[in-house]
Amino acid sequence: MSGTLPTDGLVVVVKRDCPTCTTIVPALEALAADGITIYSQDDPAFPESMDGVNDDRELETSYHLGINIVPTLIRLKDGKEVDRAIGWNQGEWRALTGISDLGEGLPENRPGCGSLTEEPGAEYRLKARYGNTGLNARKVAIPHDADPVEACYERGWTDGMPVTPPTEERVLRMLDGTNRAPDEEIGLLPPNFMPCTVEKIAINAVMAGCLPEYMPVVITMVEASLIQEFNLHGNLATTNAVGPVVMVNGPIADKIGMNKKKNVFGQGNRAHAAIGRTLQLLVRNVGGGIPGEIDRAVFGNPGKYSFCFAEDDTDPRWTTYAEDQGFSRDASTVTLFPGDGVTPIIDHISREPEDLCQTYINSLLATYNRWQVNEVGAFLVIGGEHQQVFYNAGWSKQQVLAYLDERLKIRVGDVVPGRSGWGGLTEEERADPDRLLPKFRTGKLNIIRAGGAAGKYSAIISGIGSAGMMPVTKEIAP
Amino acid sequence: MSPDQILLDPTSEISPEKKPKIDRPVKLDGLTVGLLDINKPRGDEFLDRIEELLSEKGICVNRYKKERFSRVAAPELRSQIAEECQVAIEALAD
Repeated sequence: MSGTLPTDGLVVVVKRDCPTCTTIVPALEALAADGITIYSQDDPAFPESMDGVNDDRELETSYHLGINIVPTLIRLKDGKEVDRAIGWNQGEWRALTGISDLGEGLPENRPGCGSLTEEPGAEYRLKARYGNTGLNARKVAIPHDADPVEACYERGWTDGMPVTPPTEERVLRMLDGTNRAPDEEIGLLPPNFMPCTVEKIAINAVMAGCLPEYMPVVITMVEASLIQEFNLHGNLATTNAVGPVVMVNGPIADKIGMNKKKNVFGQGNRAHAAIGRTLQLLVRNVGGGIPGEIDRAVFGNPGKYSFCFAEDDTDPRWTTYAEDQGFSRDASTVTLFPGDGVTPIIDHISREPEDLCQTYINSLLATYNRWQVNEVGAFLVIGGEHQQVFYNAGWSKQQVLAYLDERLKIRVGDVVPGRSGWGGLTEEERADPDRLLPKFRTGKLNIIRAGGAAGKYSAIISGIGSAGMMPVTKEIAP
Repeated sequence: MSPDQILLDPTSEISPEKKPKIDRPVKLDGLTVGLLDINKPRGDEFLDRIEELLSEKGICVNRYKKERFSRVAAPELRSQIAEECQVAIEALAD
């Protein structure tokens, strides 16, 4: 039993594991005559010499009294705290109790020990159990002997992989990663256009495996996904293979341990796995976008579990994607673009930028299909050794892009009526066989850097490129 | 007995409301049919033919077009179709 706090009188919170608490037992014994109420955090049999010690192993009273250090002596009057002594200080205890010879023979000062309420994780556990959490989500009770991971599967809350069960304790810890209020509404998530609050984001972030420090990225990612130009509804509902690809720029990428180098699009990085996954879980759980239902993808792609990475900005010779969009190199940003899988470009031989560009052109022209000029966009990801080819020749990224754009053309006369490509041409275009159309005429070719330093590779992340579904970039509020 | 474990609901906490489909008309006589082109290539060819066939039977046809196929139809367009037509056909024909 935790016992009831007196309205008036002295209360002390102790634990056996604290040397100061064991040292001051004679002082506690001296206060017994005044009816001191004792709460023990770790052992209700401590101090053995005293009767009626209250068991506070659940830490309910310690939590409500806001104990940080044991021993802590408190005087209550009319149910309110009027004085408090933290640790042991003979003078303070004598003043608080009014007993002038209290603790005679004891050391004058001992600092005390950390309260068990300060143990790692206890703060959130206790707040969930005893505090005012400020959370509004419906509480779902799972029988004590049920496996909570399986319970999440049964309720249709997962993407097929196990989720971390969203307990109040975990959600409170996640919310500590942001100063945004839990009830703040970020926007309406498609396809059902349901309100998405910071609290719902935190719940799904817990399930996805996020750490609290990812929250600024996660919230900005959700905000970016709701920018109209990105068209999250189109991304999730299309028959195309695309899903939202999340690219992080700026200092926060290193701060949360993201990967820009080896295996950048692969497994093994928690932030990559969890951040992109959070958006997909939100679309599923809050938005109601269920694969095979409103999500009509013919193939989808494995990145729809999570496709998240950081752009490699370590070499200052090239601008970053975010800089190209007008953000400062020091700003942390989240970029979202519709993307499918990773198509590798292999060129171990070219050492001149023109030769390497020709390899890129051959690969890029084939994106979607050789003759498609509409609704096609791509991010060309230049790997470490290929970057060196351009650096060595003194080419800027803008030069590479201009060189590619100039040559990524399709001649109308080469497009055959009745085959793919023809349907996307206007009558005027069809009439002029020598006309050259840009490969990415409704979308855009973008260049970014990422990947390991060894190996002569680049990659294409293709995706719908159209006025209806555009990449968007949003700065993470400092 | 140990207490239940508490999880927080990650969903929008709504229960879908099932509405019965409105009765399908047995005949199109006297009704207005709305043809919605979602703006994908060649959808217009298909709808032109449908319009031709309906018009031959003396059925009134209204044509509508979405701004982009990848975006949800604007609420104004949806309510305009609902106001002006009793039947709607939405076409996709890549």
